[in-house]
Order: sequence, then C-alpha cells, then structure tokens
Amino acid sequence: MERTTLDLWVGMFVVAGLGALVLLAFKVGNLSTYNVSDTYQLQAYFTNIGGLKPQASIKSAGVLVGRVTGVTLDTERYEAKVTMSIDSRYKFPKDTFANILTSGLLGEQYIGLVPGGDSEVLKGSDVVKQTQSAIVLEDMIGKFLYSKAESGNAK
Amino acid sequence: MSSPALLEIRDVNFAYDSRPILKGINMTFPKGKLIAIMGLSGCGKTTILRHIGGVLKPTRGYVKMDGQIIHELDQDNLYQMRRKMGMLFQFGALFTDMTVYDNVAFQMREHTDLPEEIIRDLVMMKLHAVGLYGTQNLMPAELSGGMARRVALARTVALDPMLIMYDEPFAGLDPISLTVVGELIRRLNDALGATSIVVTHDVQESLKIVDYVYFVSDGAIIAEGTADEIRASGEAFVKQFVHGEMDGPIPFHYPAGDYNKDLGVRA
Amino acid sequence: MSILDNLRGIGARVVNAVWRIGYASRFFLMTLLYSGMSFRRFRLTVREIFFSGVMSLIIILVAGMFVGMVLGLQGYETLKRYGSESALGSLVALSLVRELGPVLAALLFASRAGSAMTAEIGLMKATEQIAAMELMAVNPIARVVAPRFWAGVISMPLLAAMFSAMGVFGGYVVGVVLIGVDEGSFWSQMQGAVDFQHDVLNGVIKSLVFGVAVTVISLFEGYDSPPTAEGVSGATTRTVVQSSLAILMLDFILTAFMFRGD
Repeated sequence: MERTTLDLWVGMFVVAGLGALVLLAFKVGNLSTYNVSDTYQLQAYFTNIGGLKPQASIKSAGVLVGRVTGVTLDTERYEAKVTMSIDSRYKFPKDTFANILTSGLLGEQYIGLVPGGDSEVLKGSDVVKQTQSAIVLEDMIGKFLYSKAESGNAK
Repeated sequence: MSSPALLEIRDVNFAYDSRPILKGINMTFPKGKLIAIMGLSGCGKTTILRHIGGVLKPTRGYVKMDGQIIHELDQDNLYQMRRKMGMLFQFGALFTDMTVYDNVAFQMREHTDLPEEIIRDLVMMKLHAVGLYGTQNLMPAELSGGMARRVALARTVALDPMLIMYDEPFAGLDPISLTVVGELIRRLNDALGATSIVVTHDVQESLKIVDYVYFVSDGAIIAEGTADEIRASGEAFVKQFVHGEMDGPIPFHYPAGDYNKDLGVRA
Repeated sequence: MSILDNLRGIGARVVNAVWRIGYASRFFLMTLLYSGMSFRRFRLTVREIFFSGVMSLIIILVAGMFVGMVLGLQGYETLKRYGSESALGSLVALSLVRELGPVLAALLFASRAGSAMTAEIGLMKATEQIAAMELMAVNPIARVVAPRFWAGVISMPLLAAMFSAMGVFGGYVVGVVLIGVDEGSFWSQMQGAVDFQHDVLNGVIKSLVFGVAVTVISLFEGYDSPPTAEGVSGATTRTVVQSSLAILMLDFILTAFMFRGD
C-alpha cells in the first residue's frame, strides 16, 4: 500500500478513536458537568447514610453544587463522617441543613443542602452541624405497620 | 592456500545437552577463496555456520574472524562483526511483507544514514548484478524460486560483506537457475574480493565453482582438498557421496536387528 | 508405578508452565527494553497500527452496533417490568463503558489482530526471516516485535472506545427511535449514571491492560512457535484461547479492584 494512504487511514483511525473517547466523556458520561473550578471541603456527621456513596451528587434547590468525596465511620461518635467537596462559587450559611435524600422511590441517594438564615458562611473544612439521615425504607414500613397496629388496638 | 586467513575454526566442539554435534572441527578460510562444506543432511554443516554467525557458542575451541574470537564478543561487538558477514538462507528468507526494493535496501536503511537517492542507486546496482533489474516493485510472493534466491543474494551482498555464507543455495532450483546461482556465487565472490563459504550437498554443481572442499560426516571432517582432489579421491565415503552410490559406508538399511530373524526365516 | 508416573507427568507440566511464564516475562521485558526504535522510527509503529487497528475497525464497529441494539432490546424488556424504562440509557451505557466495550473489543481484537500477528511472526520464523534479520545485525525484537506491541497497545483503547460509542448509538436506535423511550430521559439518566473518572477512565485503563496482555501473548506465541506449518497453526489457536482466558481473568481482577465496595 502507498505510504500516504496508509498514513491517512491511521490518522483517521486515531482521530475517530479519540472522538469516540470524547463522546463517551461528554455525551455519555458526566465530564461536562464536572466543574474544573476550585472547591472547598465540608464535613457532616450522619447517624445513618443509607446507600450514600462517594461521587454522589450534592444539590441545593435541585442544582448540582458538589460531590461526596469520602465516607468513613468516626469511631469516637460511631457516626458516619461524610466529606463533601463544594464548588467554591457557592457559599452556604453556617446553619445550613444537610439531608440525605433519594431521587425517586428507588433511585440513587444524594445530599440536599437547605440553607438557613445565618449571615456567616461555611468555610473550608467546617462541619455542617444540622443533618438528617437517610430514610431507610424498611424502618419506614416497620413504623407504618406499628402505628397501624397501635391505631387498630386503640379502637 | 597461501593468502592470509580471514576466518579460522580451531578445534570446535559443540553438544546439545549431552549429544555431541561437532567433534573437533578445524577449518581455515583464506581471503578471496570460495570454500564448500559438504556432507549429508544433519551432519552438522548448518551448526558450523551458526557458530560463525555467533548464534551458538562452542563448548570447546573457538571461531576467529578478522582477528577476533566470535564467542567472546559482547552483543554490540557481535552485531558489529555480523555487519561484515552476509548470509544467504536456504530458501532465501526474503521479508515477505516488503517489496524486492525494500528487501535489498533493508540493511542500508538499518545500518547507514545514506540518503534515499544513494540507496536507490545502490539497490539498482545490486539488482543489476544478479540480473533482476526491473523487479524492484514486485513482492517476494510474485517471484519464482530461482529469482527469489537471486534477490536474496543481492540482499546478502548489499553492504559488501567480507564473508558470505550460503546455506544450501542450490536446494530446490531448476537446472537453469542452478547454473545461474552457482555462477553468481563465484562472480560475486571475485568481484567483491570476499571470502565465501557454501554449505551444500549438491556435489556436481559446487565442485564446478569452489576452490576447496571440506567433507563433514557425523560432526567431524573426514576429507578435504581441492575440487580435483575430491573428484579423484579414493576414500570410500567421498566416492559414495560424489558419485551418489546407493550403498557404501553409508548403508542403505537403517541399522536395526536381523531382518531375517524377525521374520522367523532361517538364513 | 502408574501413580508415580502420573505424579511425574504433573510435575513436568508444572515445571514447563512455570518455565514458559518466565520465558514470556523475559520476552515482555526485552520488548520494553528494545522499544526505542518503535518511537524513534514511529513510521514502523504507524504501519502496524494500520494492520492491527484499522483492519479491525469494521468488525469492532459492526459488533458494537449489534451489542448495543441487543442491550437496548433486552434492557427495555427487563426495565419495563419495573416501570423504569427511562433508565435504559444508563443501563446500556454503563454495561458498555464498564464491561462489554473493553472486554468484547479485546476478544475481537485477539481473534482478528492477535491471531494474525502470531501467524505472521510464526511464518517469519519458519521461513528464517527472523534468523536472517539477526544475522544482518538487526535485533528482531526491536525491529519486528516492539512496533507491533506498541501498535496493539495504542489501538486497543481506541477500538474499545469506538465499540462503546457505537453500542450506545445502537442502544439509542433501538430504545429511542424504534421503541420510543423518551429521548431526553435516555440521555440525562445516562449522564447522571456514568461517571467520567469512575466508569469511562476505568474502562480505558481496562482496555489498555487487555491490549498489553493480548499483544504480548500473540507476539510471544508467534516468536516461540515451532517453525513448521503445524507449529504456526497451533500457536495461532493458542493465542486466541490464552488471550480470551487472560482477558476474562484480568477483567475480573480489575473489576474487583475498581468497583469494589464503593
């Protein structure tokens, strides 16, 4: 085969391959929503995180503001310590509420931040004091049955 | 045999595991001569070539080329030494994924920084020398056996080696190609002032062109001499070999037990 | 007596297997050591990218398309039972990017390009081309083996990415165009589920590892094959069998490390 045709084919092959990678990154994957801007770290303690995993999204008013970077068990308090990386464009008041929520009935879990009214804002490596743990479906069903039984007995 | 020796083989012994292949080989290859090593298949001829090329190391003795002992060279010096050698393999061993042109140009491109125009001129010269000018754009698969052998010959002498080795250059050639290749081996040797070693069992063709012959049998030299001496030799093995007789020192029958006894026949 | 013989047979097999692994590792190290020429004369590598990468393109694209279409069809049937057809995009994309893309592309690469490499090098050896090169003072590992190795390592992730992209397209055609899953939720669920680092990059790492494994096995089998017609054909078969096993085993190990627990 003529050298130049061979080069042309290999060139097209490499470009197409890299194109496919870019497509996977932006169209299929979430690289487009990755913020390259600076982030700061916040911590929060939860009594139960349910199925929360690293890389889970952190949303405020439905807008993605950061990601969970680590989940560990704090053996002094026996609570889950969640490290969150927040886009530094977004500042939150000191009395912000962190809830573990579920998207849809059976979907992925994420952290929802509900801002309070404090005038001071959270800075890097601060701890979010007010948290609400994940709602575990089994517990909820258990409670529901229990209350049903209670109300049944009362009659 | 007065000219100084380019290559000497002294008391070379070689064994695979404990099976001896070469037993005390002594050979001298003077500059400018064309020398044949003859013998039956499997007698150790190709093993000798491999020692010269530095592919194998002798268990005793040495091969000395151009003043240096081959098996004592390190990788770089061995490669340096191999550039002074050319070897024609049994069926040519042309690179099947390259054109004739690229095959002949291969060593020039690998070992020299010559500009492409000079390489082109050199390739055409070499192809012309073997009578195949005009085939440069063909692939090896498009050549006949004799032509492929000649292209391989052009590739072998591409860098004007001091020593040219031929491993069965006549195998599988038609009578015309046979004569052509034989004639080319002689002519290239004289034109380049090189020393050539032809390993072969084709007695008639090689006796026409060579200066000196070594006969090898079972890993040892059993006869040597000039072409005329060999033809006139009275040695039983050489006679059988040169004239291609069916029975002689090399028996027709495989060495086994008594055939008659096996059949239960009383002889 | 026969027990002793059997034991001896097992022992010989083990010794032989260990010896071969050692020999293959040495071959791999030599290939890395003599890789300089593959980059100094990159043209040699480009040529091999053509023969291993570009020539595998058609089979990779067609196979990727069909695998994606099957995923779309089967995924839809399963997800419909739970009323979550909108998750079809994430199902198709995750299976392709994490597993099927790298693994199937590598399996196809092994049988298309790997076996060709083995046969080519085996034939070069059988026809004494390798020996001739060595006697011309050209190192065959540097000149023949290393460019093919790097070509395989470069081609493999690109082929896997094309396989996955084509598969996602196939899933889209079946799911959205033919069945009628909502296009918006197809893509947005997919983007929500597929993480660039965790899924896409790990898929690329997998295919790189597979590329190294397949090319080393193919080249070693070719280089080590007995110089006869049966020898070469046996080596070609071994290449496909061993590469396939290596891909699946490595896939398990890599998956265990990459997606464990989190």
